[in-house]
Amino acid sequence: MTAPASTLTLDLVSASLVARFPDFVTADARPGFSGFIVKKENLVEVATALRDEFGFDLLSSVTGVDYLAENKMEVVYHAHRTTGGPGLVFKVQAERVDPVEVPSLIDVWAGADFQEREAWDLLGIKFTGHPDLRRILMWEGFEGHPLRKDYKEAFFEEETKPYKSRWPEGNHTYAEFKNPFRDNLNLPENFSLDNYQPQTEDQLYFSLERSSQKHDVGREKEMGDHMVVNMGPHHPSTHGVLRVAVELNGETITSLKPVMGYLHRNHDKIGERNTYLQIMPYTDRLDYFNSMANNFGYAIAVEKLMKIPVAERAEYIRVIMTELSRIQNHLIFIGMLINDMGSMYTPSLYAFEERELILDIFEAVSGARMMCNYFRFGGVVRDVPEDVLRKIKDLVHDRLPAKTDEMERFLNENEVLVARLKGIHVLNAEEATHHSVTGPCLRAAGVPYDLRRADPYSVYDRFDFDVAVRYNGDMYDNYLIRFDEIRQSLRILEQALKQIPGGPINSQKPQYQVRVPAGEAYGRVESPKGELAYYVVSNGKPNPYRYHVRAPSFVNLTAVETMCKGVKIADFVVLLAMLDIVMGEVDR
Amino acid sequence: MEENKYEGLNLPNYNIPEDIQNVVSVTTIDRLYNWGRRWSVWPLMFGLACCAIEMIAAQASRYDMARFGMEVMRPTPRQADMMLVSGTVTKKMLPSIIRLYNQMPEPKYVVAMGACASSGGPFKEGYNVVAGIDKFLPVDVYIPGCPPTPQALIAGMIKLQEKIDKQSIKKVRWYEKGKVDSNYVPMPILGPDLIDVRRSAEFEAAAVKKEGVA
Repeated sequence: MTAPASTLTLDLVSASLVARFPDFVTADARPGFSGFIVKKENLVEVATALRDEFGFDLLSSVTGVDYLAENKMEVVYHAHRTTGGPGLVFKVQAERVDPVEVPSLIDVWAGADFQEREAWDLLGIKFTGHPDLRRILMWEGFEGHPLRKDYKEAFFEEETKPYKSRWPEGNHTYAEFKNPFRDNLNLPENFSLDNYQPQTEDQLYFSLERSSQKHDVGREKEMGDHMVVNMGPHHPSTHGVLRVAVELNGETITSLKPVMGYLHRNHDKIGERNTYLQIMPYTDRLDYFNSMANNFGYAIAVEKLMKIPVAERAEYIRVIMTELSRIQNHLIFIGMLINDMGSMYTPSLYAFEERELILDIFEAVSGARMMCNYFRFGGVVRDVPEDVLRKIKDLVHDRLPAKTDEMERFLNENEVLVARLKGIHVLNAEEATHHSVTGPCLRAAGVPYDLRRADPYSVYDRFDFDVAVRYNGDMYDNYLIRFDEIRQSLRILEQALKQIPGGPINSQKPQYQVRVPAGEAYGRVESPKGELAYYVVSNGKPNPYRYHVRAPSFVNLTAVETMCKGVKIADFVVLLAMLDIVMGEVDR
Repeated sequence: MEENKYEGLNLPNYNIPEDIQNVVSVTTIDRLYNWGRRWSVWPLMFGLACCAIEMIAAQASRYDMARFGMEVMRPTPRQADMMLVSGTVTKKMLPSIIRLYNQMPEPKYVVAMGACASSGGPFKEGYNVVAGIDKFLPVDVYIPGCPPTPQALIAGMIKLQEKIDKQSIKKVRWYEKGKVDSNYVPMPILGPDLIDVRRSAEFEAAAVKKEGVA
């Protein structure tokens, strides 16, 4: 390619990609779908070219779709450029035979690691060449691949809600009564406990060992036995129910594998049964600190599918709510980070004090403190009253800036905090992009990639704000960038509050059942944790055919092994806090 | 505040002279035990999902659960009295929860916080979700809500205190004679699906029946 990668527009990329690989790249011609279909045999070659020649250095999402009727499985990849611009979609189709095999892209983008494992776990797509293809959300030994269309849950009633058994003729039944075990159980035929041998966790420990040998941590290896420590799933500093198996040499981490799924609530599968609007409250419970940001991404995805505009006032309300959410998220992050470093409670109490004020606003507009369920397709559900707007103004203009200053004054120069954080490497730019890390961690590594600027959605292009970037990539920068982001959010809020117009809050009529034409959409927003995206496939029915969440916490965890190798176990807790994960989003 | 506490301790209808009211107390063993327990319920520092955040909020500055003698969150089950099941119980997590429960010393209480812990809540249909922790553990108080507000949580805790007030040493299950293991819940097995070993015979019968139908 002669032109520098960043100046190529998407159309140009499309043209030159097809020109470059005429034999095995074709445009996806299904109505409502976009992107390319790549031949399975040449996937790695095309992906490498996309990364090296076309500049798509960040693999956003990998997911699978089971097209049962057409008897094929599709793997969908979304690649982005950290320099900005729209993303590129490419797909691979494989025959739906057992096992479905697709080459792994882990050598091209390491960020594919966990997402491919998830696709293996939930859809049974085998990624050949993946070095550690274990189940990730369910346990080893679980029967079946739940997101396949022919998998029926134990409480399965019908394909689409609302279920006839519950609505509206009064013949109410419980799901339990339909299951032979009277419980949420799906045992295979002829199952007998007597001759059942539960699977052990050998695979996990083998993969630990393998990985510690692969990345030889110097001479230290010869100095004695290694010890495996399991942290979690019940551990005060893993931010929920994350389990981490750590291999230690003395105090130094030689290898580390996160084990998740302890909060896997079957978001995707439940989403496929629900109607479009019914999914909205479920998105609240993904990243339960930021229900507003979660709503935003899903609303954008479905609006893209429906091709409807958003009411002007609603756009501003959305931005205001999301930015408030970002502020409280970062405040909690700081409080919890310092909690993890051993300063129990006091700093987090400061953070929670401010958070409560923001939650008051959420409660006033939506009726709930945390699970707001506030966005609708085309707008928001309720208007923001004048007195609430005034409250927000007070917060934004007086209280929050002063309190942020106060926290910074107390904390930033604190000797212990500086000693714990400064100079401890988290991620550099290459590592971060290679592992698909997004959000503050990527920006603290010196990559100014913020979706609000890189691919502006909603009305973010109307505001004057800076993308917070820091360049050292150490823990101290990762900590400071949260304060920077709070300040930028306050800047956005000030402008949004000034510019907010009157008018309707929804471009559509209020409706329970929306009509969504067939097609696919990828709605992404910059959530406080990183790039939050929803991949929705519709076939024109009342419920989505496929609903997938690209959760920033989950993908960011891919980098945790790289981050932690060679550091002391005491720093691991803080490094994990830096990623700012929320288990509801990691496990979904 | 101080006086109120002693009120709970004293038996009614005994007139203690005013000048020794803070020194002498006429009470029963049950009352003494219950009085001590209700003001020092130490919760297990244990969060599962969204509800855990409201639990933290209830501990934090505005709601301050410390007012009710419940601020001492213990990360180890060995020192905890109460397990606040705050969130969705998944099949994968359940063995860990049971293990924690078994490690807690008596007296121990279980509070199911929120819709998920009570019944599976919005996620009940999920293939990885246990429809309520009460399928495995004896629950003392259920708190509705998704998530319950901190006020609701505190109300639930007060309900638990009221329940503790009513217990009698003779009758509580952990002091009953010959029922040493009554608080031990056998560990479920993560097989092809979650298997409650207490129900294994039933499962086998059902599996055979299913086969017969097919």
